[in-house]
Amino acid sequence: MSTVPLHNDKELLPDVKDDATAGTPTMQKRVRQRLTSRGATAAAIIIAVIWTVPTFGLLISSFRPEDNIKGNGWWNAILDRQFTLENYADVLSPGGSQSPNLLSYFVNSLAIVIPGTVFTLVLGAMAAYMFAWGRFRGKDGLFIFVFALQIVPLQMALIPLLQLFTQVLKFGEFQLLPSGTYAQLWVAHTIFGLPLAIFLLHNFIAEIPGEVIEAARVDGAGHSTIFWRIIVPLATPALASFGIFQFLWLWNDLLVALVFSGGGADVAPITQRLAEIQGSRGGEWQRLTAGAFVSIIVPLAVFFGLQRYFVRGLLAGGLKG
Amino acid sequence: MEDFADKGLQVVVGLAIFAAIIGLIMLVVDRAPKSGREKLQVAGFLAPALILLAVGLVFPALQTSYLSFTDRNGEFVGLDNFVWMFTQPEALVTLRNTLIWVVLVPLLASSIGLAYAVFIDRARGEKALKALVFMPMAISFVGAGVIWRFVYAYKGAEQDQIGLLNQILVWLGQEPKQFLLDAPENTFFLIAVMIWIQTGFAMVVLSAAIKGIPTEIVEAARLDGASAWQQFRNVTIPTIRGSLIVVITTITIGTLKVFDIVRTMTAGQYETSVVANEMYTQAFRAGEPGRGAALALVLFLMVLPVVVYNARLLRKQKEIR
Repeated sequence: MSTVPLHNDKELLPDVKDDATAGTPTMQKRVRQRLTSRGATAAAIIIAVIWTVPTFGLLISSFRPEDNIKGNGWWNAILDRQFTLENYADVLSPGGSQSPNLLSYFVNSLAIVIPGTVFTLVLGAMAAYMFAWGRFRGKDGLFIFVFALQIVPLQMALIPLLQLFTQVLKFGEFQLLPSGTYAQLWVAHTIFGLPLAIFLLHNFIAEIPGEVIEAARVDGAGHSTIFWRIIVPLATPALASFGIFQFLWLWNDLLVALVFSGGGADVAPITQRLAEIQGSRGGEWQRLTAGAFVSIIVPLAVFFGLQRYFVRGLLAGGLKG
Repeated sequence: MEDFADKGLQVVVGLAIFAAIIGLIMLVVDRAPKSGREKLQVAGFLAPALILLAVGLVFPALQTSYLSFTDRNGEFVGLDNFVWMFTQPEALVTLRNTLIWVVLVPLLASSIGLAYAVFIDRARGEKALKALVFMPMAISFVGAGVIWRFVYAYKGAEQDQIGLLNQILVWLGQEPKQFLLDAPENTFFLIAVMIWIQTGFAMVVLSAAIKGIPTEIVEAARLDGASAWQQFRNVTIPTIRGSLIVVITTITIGTLKVFDIVRTMTAGQYETSVVANEMYTQAFRAGEPGRGAALALVLFLMVLPVVVYNARLLRKQKEIR
């Protein structure tokens, strides 16, 4: 929703070695001494511990046998040292209707998120390109309007959009976006992601040197050639940054899923299933801990694997408004 | 397994239909007659996004605004829903809670994030220390809900505690507590989860801003004999003021719309509901779309000034640059 001056990655996540060699060593040392007094270090460590321990406790617990999880605290695992993969086997396997069956929901999450991200990126980039380089009347006004749409909380759209999907876009037996499939979720996520996608990608695409595009035009290239051959390759960093964010938002979404998925194992994403298990069997910690970890493993992998793009995207675009 | 093949097929078909639509658009705009080509190309690139936004966001938002003046049968009832919201005790609790959230979360998340960013600036292992606090950003609110419900878990005083926080109470010689059930303090335990998630965002953005402070300014302050605290107050804070405001407003917007945490941890019971959660409950659980729409509208009106302020600030910053 917001823009913060973009710094390059080095500045953002400075390499400690670089620091030590840069400038005069004594000066650096003094700076370090001043800024990292004992009290500050202690406070930083306390914050880091509070921010890490809850997740760590969940991870440890997910590997403990059911009786241990329910019988005593996870810190006892240091002493009893009993670990098992049974919780994971239990939550992932299909089993009966009582079973969490998370593998199925995990697949649903992927099936919702991948097309949802691709659609938003392609349509957003196409519109952003026209707003940046197209020539038509009312361009600026229209762009500001699309930008302003970020203000509308998606709560404002839910009720009518559900009616639209289930009642209006229905012609006799034929439903344009059939219930019980992923289609409604794809379209809903795409709609809610577009204003920010267009805004952010426009900012990037508008910075592409005009001579490049002009040269292609002179050679007789149409908009579609310019878009796919020049804009998309050059805008890849921005597309990657926004794509990662869109991917994480969709993966972590609960509200849109609750409204449009219907809730069965056919369509509902893993967040929705996890929320269900929490509501109905809140004491089944062996399932909740393992289930929670299955659900956060993908975002965590994306986060740690692509942290550089993640941070860059964050600084360029802030959070979803 | 057959099930997964089915789901995979759905995704492939979905992507194929999307690709076909985009391909068709590209084909048509390329083959257009010379005369109206530019116009057609502009339309072809913009139409998909704009149609989706109009049908999925603009029109529904208007319809929701209208719905907020109707009752459960769709009859026009004037301001009844708003009167309900501002007079009924259970609705007033929702508004009060939202107010508490929106004051505490931005304030504490930004303060802790800023303090941490300053403490670890140029420290050994800064990168890893950052990742620890930043990690919760990647976790879904649902996953965070499980993590923290486990921290808050309660067992009777005669049993072993499995929740870390209650164990700490016991170690300190206190009675274990039902953190999520006892109003009004339970709201604060939910708020802690949101702070846990948002602090990383504040920290990363502010840390980047701190690294952007010109070294000459810091040097000058130090030569003048400024203490660490004076440097922080008189140099750091004024220089990163813009980023600080962006962080606070962004977190404010996110907090106003908070839904998942409340939904999964208490479902809004025990006097913990907030506007976004109550909107969902009224519209999709209680069969009161009018009330839900009214709540969505109030949410919109609360977000509006923050976004406008943010946008104006950004424009000012751009002009300066």
